[in-house]
Amino acid sequence: MGLLLELRDVDARYGQVQALRGVGLTVAEGEIVAILGANGAGKTTTLRAISGTVRRSGTLEFDGKSLARLGPESAARLGIAHVPEGRGTFVELSVWENLRLGAHVRRGRLDDDFRRVFEYFPWLEERRSQHAGTLSGGEQQMLALARAVMQRPRLLLLDEPSLGLAPLVVAEIFRIVRDLNEREGTAMLLVEQNARSSLAIAARAYVLEVGTVAFEGTSAELSSRDTIRQSYLGY
Amino acid sequence: MSTVFATQKGLRFLPASGWIVPAFVGAGCVFLLIGSLQSSLFAQQTISGLANGGIYASLAVALVLIYRATEVINFAQGAIATFTTYVAWQLMSWGLSYWLAFVCTLGIAFAGGFLIELIAIRPVERRGNQLTVVIASIGLLILVEGSIGWIWGSDLKFMPAPFPSHIYRVGGVAFSRQDIATIAISIAAVVVLRLLFQFTKLGLAMRAAAVRPDAARLVGIRVSWMLSLGWGLAAVLGAVAGLMTAASPASLLQPSMMDGILIYAFAAAVLGGLESAAGAVIGALAIGVTLNLLGSYVSWVTPQLLLPAAFVLMLVVLLVKPSGMFGRSRVSRV
Repeated sequence: MGLLLELRDVDARYGQVQALRGVGLTVAEGEIVAILGANGAGKTTTLRAISGTVRRSGTLEFDGKSLARLGPESAARLGIAHVPEGRGTFVELSVWENLRLGAHVRRGRLDDDFRRVFEYFPWLEERRSQHAGTLSGGEQQMLALARAVMQRPRLLLLDEPSLGLAPLVVAEIFRIVRDLNEREGTAMLLVEQNARSSLAIAARAYVLEVGTVAFEGTSAELSSRDTIRQSYLGY
Repeated sequence: MSTVFATQKGLRFLPASGWIVPAFVGAGCVFLLIGSLQSSLFAQQTISGLANGGIYASLAVALVLIYRATEVINFAQGAIATFTTYVAWQLMSWGLSYWLAFVCTLGIAFAGGFLIELIAIRPVERRGNQLTVVIASIGLLILVEGSIGWIWGSDLKFMPAPFPSHIYRVGGVAFSRQDIATIAISIAAVVVLRLLFQFTKLGLAMRAAAVRPDAARLVGIRVSWMLSLGWGLAAVLGAVAGLMTAASPASLLQPSMMDGILIYAFAAAVLGGLESAAGAVIGALAIGVTLNLLGSYVSWVTPQLLLPAAFVLMLVVLLVKPSGMFGRSRVSRV
């Protein structure tokens, strides 16, 4: 599998506060990679550094092209879909409009895309004219995921998709994420507090600690090493 | 962080106290209809009030357009409208026919609004906050009005009348073609804009950029271009308002032509809730008709009182119901 995303020595800062120091990671095509770590370790910032929504420096390459000078609009156009924490749903717009916006950068007919999205999320079809703001938290998370599917991304950045959701909904979301990866071959970088569920679907994982990569390895390695599991993954 | 509405599912498009505003608007319409059937003078005054209201409506929707995108009132909107009207006068004095000049002016207005956002507003917005943008727009007002005087001088200009003075008579009531055309053109401009926003991909992207710029960037929308486009469209609406103002026989072209009209438009936008184009249109028509009827039926209401009356209305709305008739009340952030 070819390399899709490579970060080397990436720093990021919010004003005076340095959030990432020399982070390096890779994602191969079609691979699911998890980023784990405590609150404030820099997981969200890592995703934001990739999509260009935080000031960053270092080497960021996507499919051989440098992301370092690109903003989020251009990253989206290259095929990176970022579903941010808090989902980034357009709550003022309808479900259909949210989905339509996912395909903003593409031209041509979208019938196939809508059909595909409605296969993954059948309930969206009958609620297409509903205001997105009236959906429940879990439904909004799925809508955000569905909008990302409309983007036909090569890399999906998922930030805490399980945050604040009921266990059954979380299970459903993880099932769809795995499905998407298997059927569409979309590579994913998954940030999660829920280490157990994410290691179950990820091939590899990085553990962040105060803005740097503390450990990396395959999911099996990380979950089998008791010290890592207990100190960083919390189970 | 997103904003959620106070309203319930079924009443999404109505304000929280759902029936009051439609009831008021309905009662107003019934009053105007009955009055018009009773008296032909009343009917004439209503129609010419609607014509004024149509002009306010175009400018008010321009204000709403920019407010929704940048949360700032563009104080230069009237001056820009005046400038484009002078451009139309210039084109006509070079020999273009009225309607050719009209269309060219709309194009020039679009480009002008677009460039103003790019050159004057965007750099300010990037470094400062909303207050800085407000100050920039006041500076722009002074600059644009000044340059009108500098380019065209401050003597009055006469615009050719686009509509031959023709009177339609319907059952004893005389309507001037001027008034009817003004209403039709202003409303058409607003409707076309509405269709653009509601049914095109570009309009959807502009709405998305206005309500949630961060999320819009993540799906690849070039938000800053959408803002420039918004300023361009606002300038087009302003140009329509300016041209319609200059087309009315009583009004001549002068640098401060739109100053008062901007106040009425501002009052209309506030009445409508500042974020709702439909609210601004209804507000503008209501203000146009009310002021015209007050002026002709209440003896002590002289033209000098009309502008202060608009201010009072604005103040009352801001004190009693700051979200206006159709504004969305923001309750919480999730």
